[in-house]
Amino acid sequence: MTQTRQAQGTAAIDAMFARAKSENRAAFLPYFCIGYPDYDESLRAIETVAELGVDGFEIGMPFSDPIADGPTIQAATQIALENGTTVRLCLDAVRTLRDKGLTQPMLMMGYANPLVAYGTDRFVRDARAAGADGLIVPDLPPEEASMFAQSCAREGMALVFFLAPTSNDERIELAAAKATGFIYVVSLTGITGAREELPAYLTDYIARLRAKTDMPLVLGFGISTPDHARQLRGLTDGFIVASALIRAWQRSFNDMRALASEIFAAIQQ
Amino acid sequence: MTDTYIQTNISDLPDERGYFGEFGGRFVPETIVPALDELQAAYAEAIADPAFHANLSHLQQTYTGRPTPISHARRLSEALGGAQIYLKREDLAHTGAHKINNALGQGLLARRMGKRRIIAETGAGQHGVGAATAMALLGLECHVYMGTVDIRRQQPNVFRMKLLGAEVIPVESGSRTLKDAINEAMRDWVTNVETTFYLLGSALGPHPYPMMVRDFQSVIGVEAREQIQVLTGQLPDVCIACVGGGSNAIGLFHAFRDDAHTELIGVEAGGHGIESKQHAARFADLDISRPGILHGTRSFVMQDDDGQIMETHSVSAGLDYPSVGPEHAHLRQLERAYYTLATDVEALEAFQVLSKLEGIIPALESAHAVAEAIKRAPTMPKDSVLLVNLSGRGDKDLDTVIGILGE
Repeated sequence: MTQTRQAQGTAAIDAMFARAKSENRAAFLPYFCIGYPDYDESLRAIETVAELGVDGFEIGMPFSDPIADGPTIQAATQIALENGTTVRLCLDAVRTLRDKGLTQPMLMMGYANPLVAYGTDRFVRDARAAGADGLIVPDLPPEEASMFAQSCAREGMALVFFLAPTSNDERIELAAAKATGFIYVVSLTGITGAREELPAYLTDYIARLRAKTDMPLVLGFGISTPDHARQLRGLTDGFIVASALIRAWQRSFNDMRALASEIFAAIQQ
Repeated sequence: MTDTYIQTNISDLPDERGYFGEFGGRFVPETIVPALDELQAAYAEAIADPAFHANLSHLQQTYTGRPTPISHARRLSEALGGAQIYLKREDLAHTGAHKINNALGQGLLARRMGKRRIIAETGAGQHGVGAATAMALLGLECHVYMGTVDIRRQQPNVFRMKLLGAEVIPVESGSRTLKDAINEAMRDWVTNVETTFYLLGSALGPHPYPMMVRDFQSVIGVEAREQIQVLTGQLPDVCIACVGGGSNAIGLFHAFRDDAHTELIGVEAGGHGIESKQHAARFADLDISRPGILHGTRSFVMQDDDGQIMETHSVSAGLDYPSVGPEHAHLRQLERAYYTLATDVEALEAFQVLSKLEGIIPALESAHAVAEAIKRAPTMPKDSVLLVNLSGRGDKDLDTVIGILGE
């Protein structure tokens, strides 16, 4: 280990938001799927983007039937599966990245079934031991999360829940009460994918959530450009970019790195 | 006949979270959780409203052609030399399969909820045809997701859906069968949830679907239980139904749940046989099938060691699905129902035998249930009664069967 992390697990995520807040900006969490376009390249991408100083990572674990994902992530995760990417390999990737000195928080993102197959307690323990700080499961609403909640609490691992424009007050309160680390705010009713514009209702929507919770809010789905990132100033505590980075990467690794760099620069201005 | 056309509350399952014992639940993206809450509330309100029942039973009688009869398969029974085989003739329901029961029920519910855009998935095309038919009748817009593998093997149903005014949307992802059609329908629903009603075709998916689809299909068992007693003076010794997602089976089984002497048997698709690993026998091959989560529900799921969903195989598109309705997993665990399988070869044999001996061409799905009856009847006394749910007719399968057996 070349660097020691100050905090781990949920505490590392709290520290990430504190730092971004002190710099008067939102935290930028790019998404990369382990195994896309292959194992080594996915690690190289994460290391390269980490060197830009981005705040954290969403580490994708592929699933055969990703119902919340649009065509870009579907295709990428399908390639990752064809490359033999397993849950175990994703945890190995996190451990390798930590060994190489990556200090930013990493949140494991994957659908429920592969984690259930791995064993939910065992997964949380092994993920934490590998150096992951949080868990995001898109097909796990808070009322079904008991299988993860206890082990996450025990291991100090953040368990992130989602809110969507369709969530009513009752569901906002439920997610706020159960989530640790942050709430993943789905920007629109839909699936993942790059989009031209952010939805017009975003300010009102975020205000509605803020009125009910003090949890950090991280926006995802459709955030694609430096301009989008700029528009989020003062609005959310963080944001996730996934499909747009994969699309840039389909052109070249350098295009992907350039997009990540431009987005990060946009929020620091 | 009884005038209870939707049977509800005969058991207290699922619980309020949608669980049948340890199976069921609601494993879906947050975006559609409020829509499931809304659906559950609207459904509860509808089934408490006598006008909704009256509407549905009127359509069942004047449009679907209910009650469907029970036929005594006399020549088949004689040839086998054992139990008397009776067929519940869902093949005679309008559109030629039981799927219309659920499509009309959910269609009336959608209209009541003010949703005009209906989406559905289909495997064999029977639910797609049922949905397209019901939406034509009710004047609602219908979009059906269908895998391109299924589109190829179920051409007549694709044409039927289009003729009925539905849009058939080809699905190119994954194995391009029912599983992928459900993925795509769920993605559509996540995107258009505020305007769209998802008409799920089997007793699977997130709560309240397994319960709601069961309730709309329970008319099969309610009718059959009364009819068989009139015909034979007794309850059946055995009830047999094929199980893909399991809606026709749960619809039959439900009325017999408390009849301890009636054995309930579900028949899964054995495909090329268990050893081949090319099948859809979720309850039979526990090397590759175990409790897991697919399409919003916890049930038995065919998956690899890493929890990736496996591709399945069956000659019958309607049984070609890697998971199974959660209530079946529960009935199996309680040992209230037993599950077995029929291979492609056995189903094709049963398809021909029933055609020749009874003048009834069964759907390949239903032929799996007939295959189990053929195995089991000879082991039973001649005065015993074996009831098979003939869930659909086989016209749609002629191309497939000609392709395999030759002309």
